[in-house]
Amino acid sequence: MYLIFAIVAGLVGGFLSIMMRLELAEPGLQYFTNPQTYNVFVTGHGLIMVFFVVMPAVIGGYGNWFVPLMIGAPDMAFPRMNNISFWLLPASLSLLLISLFVEGAPGSNGFGGGWTVYPPLSVAGHPGPALDFGILSLHLAGASSILGAINFITTILNMRAPGMTMHKMPLFAWALLVTAFLLLLSLPVLAGAITMLLTDRNFGTSFFDPTNGGDPILYQHLFWFFGHPEVYIMILPGFGIVSHIISTFSKKPIFGYLGMAYAMVAIGAVGFIVWAHHMYTAGLALNTQRYFVFATMVIAVPTGVKIFSWIATMWGGSIRFSAAMHWAVGFIFLFTVGGVTGVVLSNAGLDRNLHNTYYVVAHFHYVLSLGAVFSIFAAWYYWFPKMYGRIIPEWIGKLHFWVAFVGANVLFFPMHFTGLAGMPRHYVDYPEAFAGWNKISSFGSYIFAFGLLIFFFGIYKAFTSPVRAANSPWGEGATTLEWSLTSPPPHHQFEILPRISGDDH
Amino acid sequence: MIRWRNGAAALAAWTVGLASQAFAGTGQPSSWQLGMQTPVTESAIFLNAMHDGVNIVIALITLFVLALLLIVIFRFNEKANPVASKTTHHTGLEIAWTLIPALILVGISIPSFRLLKMQIELPQADITIKAVGHQWYWSYEYPQDQGGGFGYDSYMLSPEDAKKANQPNLLAVDNELVLPAGKTVVVQVIGQDVIHNFAIPSFGVRMDAVPGRLNQTWFKTDVEGTYYGQCSRLCGANHAFMPIAVRIVSPEKYAAWLVDAKKKYAEIDTKAVQVAAQ
Repeated sequence: MYLIFAIVAGLVGGFLSIMMRLELAEPGLQYFTNPQTYNVFVTGHGLIMVFFVVMPAVIGGYGNWFVPLMIGAPDMAFPRMNNISFWLLPASLSLLLISLFVEGAPGSNGFGGGWTVYPPLSVAGHPGPALDFGILSLHLAGASSILGAINFITTILNMRAPGMTMHKMPLFAWALLVTAFLLLLSLPVLAGAITMLLTDRNFGTSFFDPTNGGDPILYQHLFWFFGHPEVYIMILPGFGIVSHIISTFSKKPIFGYLGMAYAMVAIGAVGFIVWAHHMYTAGLALNTQRYFVFATMVIAVPTGVKIFSWIATMWGGSIRFSAAMHWAVGFIFLFTVGGVTGVVLSNAGLDRNLHNTYYVVAHFHYVLSLGAVFSIFAAWYYWFPKMYGRIIPEWIGKLHFWVAFVGANVLFFPMHFTGLAGMPRHYVDYPEAFAGWNKISSFGSYIFAFGLLIFFFGIYKAFTSPVRAANSPWGEGATTLEWSLTSPPPHHQFEILPRISGDDH
Repeated sequence: MIRWRNGAAALAAWTVGLASQAFAGTGQPSSWQLGMQTPVTESAIFLNAMHDGVNIVIALITLFVLALLLIVIFRFNEKANPVASKTTHHTGLEIAWTLIPALILVGISIPSFRLLKMQIELPQADITIKAVGHQWYWSYEYPQDQGGGFGYDSYMLSPEDAKKANQPNLLAVDNELVLPAGKTVVVQVIGQDVIHNFAIPSFGVRMDAVPGRLNQTWFKTDVEGTYYGQCSRLCGANHAFMPIAVRIVSPEKYAAWLVDAKKKYAEIDTKAVQVAAQ
């Protein structure tokens, strides 16, 4: 359900981004005669991709499916809560879509202030009700995620099979546990911030209004206290997924299991104390910026541990390059590219010329669009037989990978160049000098979009072919508990709890 | 697979090689530019140099990871290595890949902190001006005690006017910010309605213009010319259409300009007041 929801939302978010790339293919205004409409599309694309594609897919979709299976539990601890957590999402998405069609800024529809919703643009700049719908939509999505997080924490801490200690738990479960804590601690701060925004907009308060003693920078602190953990919320489950795929197809256990698990804990913990690196140009004091530079760079260390551990897992293995493995190895390389540009951006001094340019856009699309989204597709090709009991032909997954890999690189790599040259984000039009690389980027986006057709063709083939999946189609390397069940698993799995012994994890 | 990986690697190496100077525009971007715009202030020169250095480091790291992946792909695939090893721990290796990246980061942080200090600590100002961001234009104010006492608005030129003036479209403005070469200029940046951002890539300057908050930044350049920047904080419909243009002239020309500007803009101001009074 979550996955289908994410695919539908992904099509909406993808449509918005293709419209943006069409506009940016050439200098001048072609499709968006009102530049504000472009801003609305950018904002909608960001919010939908974050809250309604990546989060439902990795947490709601794969998390709810595979955490109970992997830890040997019959289901999540609170199935009914899981149900409401899902049904809040369509309501939330509906509110967000409604917001696109009601007045925001004077004379145009929708909210166009970016996914960060900075005041005063989000208060004085958008008097129409569009953002009120947007804020309520985020409230619902946030409530849904908090309920989900409580469910995960309870399930993972209490419902592991006998003998499965925390240090024997599969890494995907570890990833979801850390993610759930991040959600639980960061979302209430977002909820508070946007509630203050709501009352500033409608009830005459002035939390963020400088003319009445408020401070717009306060909002930025609150938002990024949520916003930075949020990016780890999106990527940590991907780390877990990739670990399992790498291990399965290398026919080797994970290298440095404890290091891998605690690297995720470290990334989650440090992720809470680096938020102001999104605010280097807000006029923060020298010592504040020094601290955030230092703290941000620290995150590169556990991330490096993960990259090298994945490679060490493959080292000495007997690797089968299945479709899922293609996506996982692609993930490692692309995430490395996104990671190292993150090191560049972490330096406030360098960020002075890169903040809010396309370099940043390239960076976060390499870690999210090519990181999180690649991990979603990797998991799709890895777990599809288990989830639906059917087989997507391997060649389709591989072809999809190559088209997406080429498309995404052609799309996002040139953004490093335009960013270094100084092209700012959120621009509907740009000087002629940026035309060349933008044309190439747009071309890449069409290639990536074509890849999605292959993806849907794979689903079509799987459901029309008579071939059924075996219980453990990936062979000896697949050691986690989900492969011991039928494909698809029964509704109430593990009637007799499996016992875990020895040192497998 | 191999061909594309190598392609990406070649592209990365190419970036490093060319990023520094080739194709870089001065004061404005140029077509197919790969690196930053040519720096003309001390801090921007430092920024560019440090970026070049860090860029080489990250390219090497990326190539190292790529090389490891390629080795793994060729040496440890099913055909080449049918029996998987069972190694899952190597304490020395794990300590190494924790410590070495940490040391690299410490190495990066040393110039990084120097650069940051240079940018944030304001030197003694020769000239202080104020830049105010509006939806959707900039206005500049020159204080009385430095021969100023006037202010004016700076709007983007329409594409036709920019073409007529032979200036870059979407970057050229009607009234540029005029300042002398060789003087330390402190810019006070503030937003009038929503948050804007005063950015000039060639100066290594970027500062949010936040309503109710007076931010300060500075620059000093000896190179005369016109330098363009663009608003870098989403500020509404015409966010893309409120560029910043700074013309750096010799101190003598600046003095002459001040006299003219004082007359020109003071007149406009009085006219506006008279119109408002009627």
